[in-house]
Amino acid sequence: MAETTQHMRIQHTLQQVEAENQSAPPAATPQAEAQRIMQICNACRYCEGFCSVFPAMTQYRHFNADTLDYLANLCHNCRGCYYACQYAEPHEFKVNVPQTFNELRAQSWQDYAWPGFMARAFAGNGVLLSLVCALAMAIVFIGSALLNDLPGFFSAYPDGNFHAIIPHGVMVAVAGPVFLFALFAMGMGGWAFWARGAAVSQPATLRPGGKNSGLPALLNALKDTLTLKNLSGAGHGCNDHSERFSMQRRYLHHATFYGFMLCFAATSTGTLYHYAFGWEAPHAYLSLPVIFGTVGGVLLCIGTAGLYRLKLKTETSLRSPALWGMETGFIALLFLTSLTGLLLLFLRESAAMGTLLAVHLGFVLTLFLVLPYSKMVHGVYRFLALLRFHRNTPR
Amino acid sequence: MLDAADVVVIGGGNAALCAALTARAAGASVLLLEHAPRNVRGGNSRHTRNLRLAHDAPTSVLTDSYSVDEYYDDLLKVTAGHTCPALARQVLAASRTLQPWMEAHGVRFQPSLSGTLNLERTNAFFLGGGKALINAYYATAEDRGVHIEYECEALTLKLDGRHCTQVTVRQHEQTFDIACRAVVAASGGFQGNATWMREAWGERVDNFLIRGTPFNKGRILRDLRTQGCAMLGDDTQGHMVAIDGRAPKYDGGIATRLDCVPFSVVLNQQGQRFYDEGEDFWPKRYAIWGRLVAQQPQQVGYAIIDARSLALFMPSVFPPYKADTLADLAQQMGLDPIAMQHSIRSFNAACQPGAFDPDRLDGRATQGLSPNKTNWARPISEPPFYGYILRPGVTFTYLSLKVNERAQVMWPDDHPSDNIYAAGEIMAGNIMGQGYLAGLGMTIGTVFGRIAGQEAAQHG
Repeated sequence: MAETTQHMRIQHTLQQVEAENQSAPPAATPQAEAQRIMQICNACRYCEGFCSVFPAMTQYRHFNADTLDYLANLCHNCRGCYYACQYAEPHEFKVNVPQTFNELRAQSWQDYAWPGFMARAFAGNGVLLSLVCALAMAIVFIGSALLNDLPGFFSAYPDGNFHAIIPHGVMVAVAGPVFLFALFAMGMGGWAFWARGAAVSQPATLRPGGKNSGLPALLNALKDTLTLKNLSGAGHGCNDHSERFSMQRRYLHHATFYGFMLCFAATSTGTLYHYAFGWEAPHAYLSLPVIFGTVGGVLLCIGTAGLYRLKLKTETSLRSPALWGMETGFIALLFLTSLTGLLLLFLRESAAMGTLLAVHLGFVLTLFLVLPYSKMVHGVYRFLALLRFHRNTPR
Repeated sequence: MLDAADVVVIGGGNAALCAALTARAAGASVLLLEHAPRNVRGGNSRHTRNLRLAHDAPTSVLTDSYSVDEYYDDLLKVTAGHTCPALARQVLAASRTLQPWMEAHGVRFQPSLSGTLNLERTNAFFLGGGKALINAYYATAEDRGVHIEYECEALTLKLDGRHCTQVTVRQHEQTFDIACRAVVAASGGFQGNATWMREAWGERVDNFLIRGTPFNKGRILRDLRTQGCAMLGDDTQGHMVAIDGRAPKYDGGIATRLDCVPFSVVLNQQGQRFYDEGEDFWPKRYAIWGRLVAQQPQQVGYAIIDARSLALFMPSVFPPYKADTLADLAQQMGLDPIAMQHSIRSFNAACQPGAFDPDRLDGRATQGLSPNKTNWARPISEPPFYGYILRPGVTFTYLSLKVNERAQVMWPDDHPSDNIYAAGEIMAGNIMGQGYLAGLGMTIGTVFGRIAGQEAAQHG
């Protein structure tokens, strides 16, 4: 190795040592635990083949808070490294990367939340937050419907015309700003994560000019995101609840993600129909928005129910009780949103349509409202972590 | 607990599992006895990471080719002839067929790990390491009907002449006799048996660390020796390397290695240097350093580097001691500061100018010291200073049951047992009677595990 590169490698390391010494967190925080564990992992490295976390880790010798946030968000919680770990309990090293990173990851979402005071929303009970919010929204909608036309709300509409109960304009006026705010808030969080990480997490092993250029890195990060490569191990899946490998979690997440995207496509095509072509809802069962929504809704129900079932089977040693509410609350919210959506569709010509509409829209609005303070943000940070990985890690 | 099985396999590591899977596939009822609890099952295999395979052409994880002849030459180099040529060639030739068999039984491979230079051609790495391999074999064994008992220690074989009729075992304070048609001893060496180790190696062994499982008690190894089976090697032979002195007494595994020595000055407890730290690259010297440290007072060494060398080797599992002055570092590490500083000053004064290159034998040597450091001799002068404590770490013991090509345990008159077979570390000395070749232990265990399982099922 050339003397100059060697020299740079050392310089980087020394800076990292100093940075770490200055910002050493107190013991027993998720950071301190992650730092302790990464030092052990970095001396072992048996898990390099499982996912991106370990190849990324080997680029560092010391792990400051920002590097750890990056690695924690890169972790997909596949648990391959836990079940393969010779240093897991009962070994005195007590290495447990998935659980430690799970907790650190959740803390990082609080740290990057925008606006800052909303960070406490993550710490609260997710199920409670979601359900209370959903009920509140439903009441608001029921109220407004009742005010408009009391007998009409409980009537059957032969064509299932829900806009007769809540006009299109009202829906857009309420949901639109909330959704845009959610996107903005998540964007601000992602921006903070990216900016803070970029300043300090230049790996020691990266040679000057060694960064992979933007586009290939972006495409690779997209590919990893859309295929969940990091939940596939070396092509055999991950450890859902035992030493045995399975693709269940990956496929269920695919159902959830692509189901969500199809529902989003349903809304988008519906909006396009409305404004571009003047075709107003409700649409026929075989129209694009309804097909997208139906398939997406079914996939979402299957995916979220399956993920919840897997979560219940998780070994105690891998659980983080404090995060249970946030994790299951989000899954429940997605499940209930899609389930009420499907019910609304199939009962839209009955007298229950008004009530179902209100409940469904209540869940939708809740979803939009809590989006930036829910587990949904994992998608933003995970993608950015993958992008950083592909930019920083030589292939 | 079953009271009988066609084949009883003693042990729960790689060789035992290969034997159990093979015997089961041949139609035998199989009982596997693992001394350890389930969550630390797998013997020393769970600390391994690869096995060495001969191959004629590149495979999914191995580059180029590695002929049986070249493999054999490598073996002769490390064992200095302490090998049985016929058995060695048998293992090396059979190693060519292992990868597909292992994959068919659930083992996954990966490209060689970073920091393991020059192994990508010869050694196939297990995805996730040895514990993942063990997990895969146990899952397959469960699926195929191998009966597995944990926390079950085999105590003795009941012999009728050269025929084993029963295995006596202990589980949860209760003792059972299990009738068998054949038995496979795959229960490893005795480095986990503190009493035996002290008996053989003296009290200094109390300062040694055992890199692997505490469950390798050598009970069956000793039992068969006592009953008169033929042995190879003696109790005092073991493989040791220099590892991090703060490692746990048992099961420290790979992470406790320390690669700092070539860039260090290494002192003993009196603050004196005792060997050429820069003799060669670390992978070629870590075993020698295990013995060197074992010969020092209190069996301990102190490796000192300065700021310039910190990033030149694999990160250590424990953070190094760190100080801005040598005196402070000495105090932290429990060394006499005056002796320590004197040694470092003498070393620094003996360093010569020249190019420093960690990636080759740079020939930058000290002059006038005894002993000299012959490569990478650069003054220890730039604070902060860092220190690591070295202790001998025992990898395995060499004492072995003598076996033949069918894995039968031999008797001193050169006749084989009827139905007693051995595989793995308990017989590895037949092939690797001295020294160490990375990945060969797992190859021996897999090849002989399969042979023992097949023979035990067919001829037991």
